[in-house]
Amino acid sequence: MEMEISDSQFESRTMSRTLYQFNGGVHPVEHKDVSTQLAIAIAPIPQMLIVPVRQHIGQPSKPCVSVGQRVLKGQIIAHAENYISIATHAPTSGIVSAIALHALPHPSGLSDTCITIASDGKDEWTERTPIDYRNLNASALRNRLRDMGIAGLGGAVFPSFIKLNPGVPQKVQTLLLNGGECEPWISCDDMTMRERAAGILSGAEIMRFMLRAETVVVGIEDNKPAAIAAMQLAATQCHFPVEIVVIPTLYPSGGAKQMIKVITGKEVPSGGRSTDVGVATFNVGTAYAIDRAIHHGEPMISRVLTVTGNVHQPRNFEVLIGTPMQNVINLTQGHPDSVSGYIMGGPMMGIDLHSVDVPVVKATNCILVKSDKLFPPPPLAMPCIRCTRCADACPADLQPQELYWFAKSNNFDKAQKYQLFDCIECGCCSYVCPSHIPLVQYYRYAKSEIAATQNEQKSADHARDRHETRLARIEREKKERAEKLAQKAVAKPATTTADDAATLAKKAAIQAAIARAATSTTEPS
Amino acid sequence: MISSPYISQKTSVSIIMLKVMLALIPAIIAYVWYFGPAILISLTLASVTALGMEAAALKLRGLPIKPFLMDGSALVTAWLLALSIPSIAPWWLIVVGLFFAIIVAKHLYGGLGNNIFNPAMVGYAILIISFPVPMTQWASPDTLAGAHLGLIDAANYIFNGILPSHTSGIDAISTATPLDTLRTQLKLDHSVAQITQMPIFGAVGGQGSEIIAGLFLLGGVYMWLARIITWHIPVAFITALALISGVFYLINPAHYATPWLHLATGGAMLGAFFIATDPVSGATTPTGKLIFGAGIGILTYLIRTIGAYPDGVAFAVLLMNVAAPLIDQYTQPAVYGHKGNKS
Repeated sequence: MEMEISDSQFESRTMSRTLYQFNGGVHPVEHKDVSTQLAIAIAPIPQMLIVPVRQHIGQPSKPCVSVGQRVLKGQIIAHAENYISIATHAPTSGIVSAIALHALPHPSGLSDTCITIASDGKDEWTERTPIDYRNLNASALRNRLRDMGIAGLGGAVFPSFIKLNPGVPQKVQTLLLNGGECEPWISCDDMTMRERAAGILSGAEIMRFMLRAETVVVGIEDNKPAAIAAMQLAATQCHFPVEIVVIPTLYPSGGAKQMIKVITGKEVPSGGRSTDVGVATFNVGTAYAIDRAIHHGEPMISRVLTVTGNVHQPRNFEVLIGTPMQNVINLTQGHPDSVSGYIMGGPMMGIDLHSVDVPVVKATNCILVKSDKLFPPPPLAMPCIRCTRCADACPADLQPQELYWFAKSNNFDKAQKYQLFDCIECGCCSYVCPSHIPLVQYYRYAKSEIAATQNEQKSADHARDRHETRLARIEREKKERAEKLAQKAVAKPATTTADDAATLAKKAAIQAAIARAATSTTEPS
Repeated sequence: MISSPYISQKTSVSIIMLKVMLALIPAIIAYVWYFGPAILISLTLASVTALGMEAAALKLRGLPIKPFLMDGSALVTAWLLALSIPSIAPWWLIVVGLFFAIIVAKHLYGGLGNNIFNPAMVGYAILIISFPVPMTQWASPDTLAGAHLGLIDAANYIFNGILPSHTSGIDAISTATPLDTLRTQLKLDHSVAQITQMPIFGAVGGQGSEIIAGLFLLGGVYMWLARIITWHIPVAFITALALISGVFYLINPAHYATPWLHLATGGAMLGAFFIATDPVSGATTPTGKLIFGAGIGILTYLIRTIGAYPDGVAFAVLLMNVAAPLIDQYTQPAVYGHKGNKS
């Protein structure tokens, strides 16, 4: 196994490690250096911040402020609801001006509840309480991270406190910090590592403690020498062993499953989690956010993101969550070519934005401004010639040409048999396809059709269950009534006498009333 | 709506097909060198005919003609068929062959990407069954020919069936192929060693044709380096053919030809690198490709030695085409996360 590093302490940092390979992968032009020329800039506070209550995977947080209320920077404005949820915070001080639906950066283009805060320009902090993590147990730390709104910044925005709960002790041997950042154009993790390496490792210290992980490994693609140097330097100044592993640049090695394969040689079982192979994976930015949350008392109210593509001055910015994207784009001094659209994320897996009148959220790692020159419209799709370049490129070892065939012919059973749901939608297959077939779109279609069918099946099952329960209830009630009647029939003789007595009493009362009425009518006349 | 990915590699079906044709050019040059310029006429005729038929079929099917014509697949089929049949065959032979290749085997089955059988090999099979005589009159190597056909002479013969006055007849310009010779001579109870002393044979294969076979191999290596093909099918084909012919050769060298003769003659090299590697009609999984290639190698040998035809590549390819979907189904590689952890 990979135990050789655990006790050898500081020498382990320079030890070379056997690296493994995942199948396929692609090498798109990187375009990363354009946005790494300048340091991370702090984006100005906008007048209005639109903070969605659901930026993470799981239940939306529940607003706990009212319109007109003044809030302070870092104050909780929505509480975590249920287990898979985290709190939401005011990114700056100001007045809550609305709690209403607003468009979000989401492929559906649907709106969701957002808390809008009109900034008062004071940027006044709520009380911050830095904590020495060693004074708290793991459970208390998890609650703290939940209340601090910490979610994974690598893209999935999964609540971090859940991932820091290994359940079984010693389940996680390796804490893997993912500095792969394999998508072209994006450089926010690169810049975070260059400028905030000590903070990242300080966060890793907390996570290591919570997971009781033996090993801390940082995986970085070899196209980021400055980040590697910065992290290596920080590792030497760190009082626990950290191994900086330089991995070959190959998209999508920044995918958690792919990075685990490269570094440990193990494969996360299908449908399982990385902890099943003893690894907990976090984005380097998340580690930095955890450091800020615990050691500085600052919740997740901002993130570093790259604005690049068709802009004059591509750069990374630290942006308050809720800042309208247009405001951030305006900081890059205009566009060399006419804008043909916007992508949130990278060109391989990012989502097309309908508009940039949407707020920056925790998942926004990059705003990529498109032009027809940089992102020409795809050529006409030709028939599949089964050349299997897609299969050669697939990091999930799938046979994309077969999946395409099944998806296209609505043969969803076959598609599932060929493990459609192990597709990570990395886009390598579409990228290499000489026929320019939008393969990933076919897989998304097939997945959503299967999900819809399963939902229908579920609701049909539910309806049938309800119907059957109802029939059973009617049947039961009928039976009960019949039983009651039968009981009544048996008990009749006894009750009749009682009834007769009651009738007699009633009759007597009526007689008395009539008599009373007779006397009373005679009196006044 | 567009969804990710928003970028793609600069490649296309046209580029792939062009590279395949590029890989054929060294062998074609050698062909002209050893067997005269007739092959250039048949390649041109095949190209024009194939494009015309392709355009007509696309029009009938209501498809955009330009992008599909530009994909180059019809040209590749045309060249492969032209290289598979005698270069001095009458003009209608290639036209009939291409009709079955392009119209029947390709478009009637749904066009590019949907053909079950390798179109060029369907064309070849129809021709060898229907017109065995012109299909076995191959141009003699220039070193052996009684007469040399120039470009105009060749055209006159291909289109009008007229031989130049200085030639004594068809036998002056044509000959049986090495495999054909081997076959007939073995029936006359000659030993392989005796037969291969005949002038049609060269150092390892046929006179001149062994050089062409070597250049097909070179073109194949280029396609492998250019990532047009993977190594699986050619290596499995060649290995299987070499192994099975080697075993029989060791058992009875007088009656069974050497493995290198089998590899250097007939359609072995063209088949291994250019025909069996057709992705549309072949197996696609790595293991499947090995089985597919090995199957073609073995069937080729069996047809050559015990079948009714001197060469067996075309029938072997067609037979394995039928098996390709089944092979694929049973050789699906393990998907990430389904392998169990060995390390």
